[in-house]
Amino acid sequence: MWKTILRRLMIMVPEVIILSILVFLLAKAMPGDPFTGSINPKADPAQIKHLMAINGLNDPWYQQYWNWVVHLFHGNLGNSYQYQEPVTRLIEGRAGNTLWLAFFSMVLTYAFALPMGVFAGRHEGKLPDVIIRFYTYVTYCIPFFVILVLGIWIFGYVFGWFPTTGSVSSDAQGWAQTIGSHFYHILLPGILGALFSTVNIVQYLRSEVIDAKHSDYVRTARSKGVPSKDIYRHHIFRNSLLPIAAFAGYSITGLLNGSIFTETVFSYPGMGLLFVNSISYRDYTVITALVLIFGLLNLLGTLLSDIILSIVDPRIRIE
Amino acid sequence: MAENFEQHSDISAADLARLNQEAQAEATPSTAKIIWNEFKADKPAMAALIIVVGFIVFVMIGALFINTPKMMETNIMDYFDKPFTDGFWLGADSGGRSVAKQLIVGSRNSIGIAIGLTIISSTFGIAWGLVSGYFSGYIDWGMQRVYDFMMMLPMTMMIIVLVTIIPHYNSVSLTFIFSIFYWEGTSRLIRSRTLAETQKDYVAASKTSGTNHWKIIFKEIMPNISSLIIVDCTLSFAENIGVETGLSYLGFGLPNQTPSLGTMIANANDPSNITLYWWTWLPAALEIVVLCLSISYIGQVLRRAADSSQRQGAAD
Repeated sequence: MWKTILRRLMIMVPEVIILSILVFLLAKAMPGDPFTGSINPKADPAQIKHLMAINGLNDPWYQQYWNWVVHLFHGNLGNSYQYQEPVTRLIEGRAGNTLWLAFFSMVLTYAFALPMGVFAGRHEGKLPDVIIRFYTYVTYCIPFFVILVLGIWIFGYVFGWFPTTGSVSSDAQGWAQTIGSHFYHILLPGILGALFSTVNIVQYLRSEVIDAKHSDYVRTARSKGVPSKDIYRHHIFRNSLLPIAAFAGYSITGLLNGSIFTETVFSYPGMGLLFVNSISYRDYTVITALVLIFGLLNLLGTLLSDIILSIVDPRIRIE
Repeated sequence: MAENFEQHSDISAADLARLNQEAQAEATPSTAKIIWNEFKADKPAMAALIIVVGFIVFVMIGALFINTPKMMETNIMDYFDKPFTDGFWLGADSGGRSVAKQLIVGSRNSIGIAIGLTIISSTFGIAWGLVSGYFSGYIDWGMQRVYDFMMMLPMTMMIIVLVTIIPHYNSVSLTFIFSIFYWEGTSRLIRSRTLAETQKDYVAASKTSGTNHWKIIFKEIMPNISSLIIVDCTLSFAENIGVETGLSYLGFGLPNQTPSLGTMIANANDPSNITLYWWTWLPAALEIVVLCLSISYIGQVLRRAADSSQRQGAAD
């Protein structure tokens, strides 16, 4: 198993290098340079040229790339032009919001998907199964942002049950109220995100349960006289659960990528909204940093899933 | 000839006719016929098919009669006209522009891009999957690493960044940018089916008799998985409608002054629009919901038609 994980990590190394080169070249292709923000009418063009020269902006691209990577390892991602503060500090402030929302959504996804998958598989072809299959079909094909807009309209504006903007209300005092208010703000986006990312897990679990129903160990358990409820809860569910755990990594990357839409619709100050705002202000240092971070998070998500899979399923291990 | 036949056979002409009829009845019907039977057996699917085809034809033709630059002119007198007033069926938006007309032109643009995206990305994905699955070994390994890398990229962000870098883009270049990132799902699916198909006897026989690799791939394997390809294209079409509209909703899709379903839904970003002037964005949102549900329902029916054990249509 360790060999598989090690091999998987080795494959990651070129991926990270190519990603960083790609992000760097994209950043270079964007119009403007790091001093565009600090130029004012009184600035001397010669001085700007001098600044560019001493900062190595006239070097060949591989030299610049190397400098950029060295800065990266020192935790220096440059300064944001729009906010006039280091990008690392800016993202630090937003990352928590995005990660909490994604984590909450993922927990809810499992909380919704596991019972539904088992229930649908158990009552295959009957009414509950038909309803659950209809639900997965609807959630699978409607674009996520449309659901978010309809959701915020119905539950946020028409009924007024949930806040429609921000991550914490301004009049929250004390830690208990602050945490409560934070939670209240991620409730609606979290639930909507979870309801619309259950499809894979429900369908997988359903077919697992249907397959397991006819397997030998279930027949043995039945002939022993184990009650039907216990067979589903202890035998089938436990056997199907481990592969499902491997979906966690993919599910979190999906939620992170959806965060651009979620945070825009709910004006929720996380990394996704920061990205959209930075694009509008052409704040290139922030954009580059965010693309890099999201790429790395995606990589870690798939890595997590692959490692869980290799632990769970001995067939895909390389010995 | 018939006379000759009768001399050498005990089968009478009447029997022969009957046997012929039976053989024809038992023969596998053509794919088109199977699909048509499936739609006839499933009334909601028929409704979905009529809705989708009728709607696409309607907006494609309807948009020809609408003068877009004139439609996008601001007319302050019609500021947020309610539906069914001043001759606006679906009301007017903040610039006094007709929502109904924008909806028709916007649908044309959005559906057009979705069709283009489906054609380009599916063609590429199918070719990629076929080649990768057929030549297993190093070629497959290399192609799979490219696939892994593409999957790792934050798609939405990359598209937005590319759109900002390119100075002048239109719907065609936009379609190509989207296509770079949306072929992976198809390629994965086709690859796994090709892997299974390559193990079959007819491929081995073809290889032994020295048939060209490309001929085996595109003339033999591809027709054999055509039902899967049709199903996948339909489902990705439903998905692709969400791609352009989503980006346009964020403000990074079609340029301003080019109506799209996404830019219309973006009207909902204004807290006063979303409740007070719901007619500026709700029709577009509902249209996407209905279109996506219908197209993907058609996809489900096609999937059933491709799998003989699930068919509901009569096997006549």
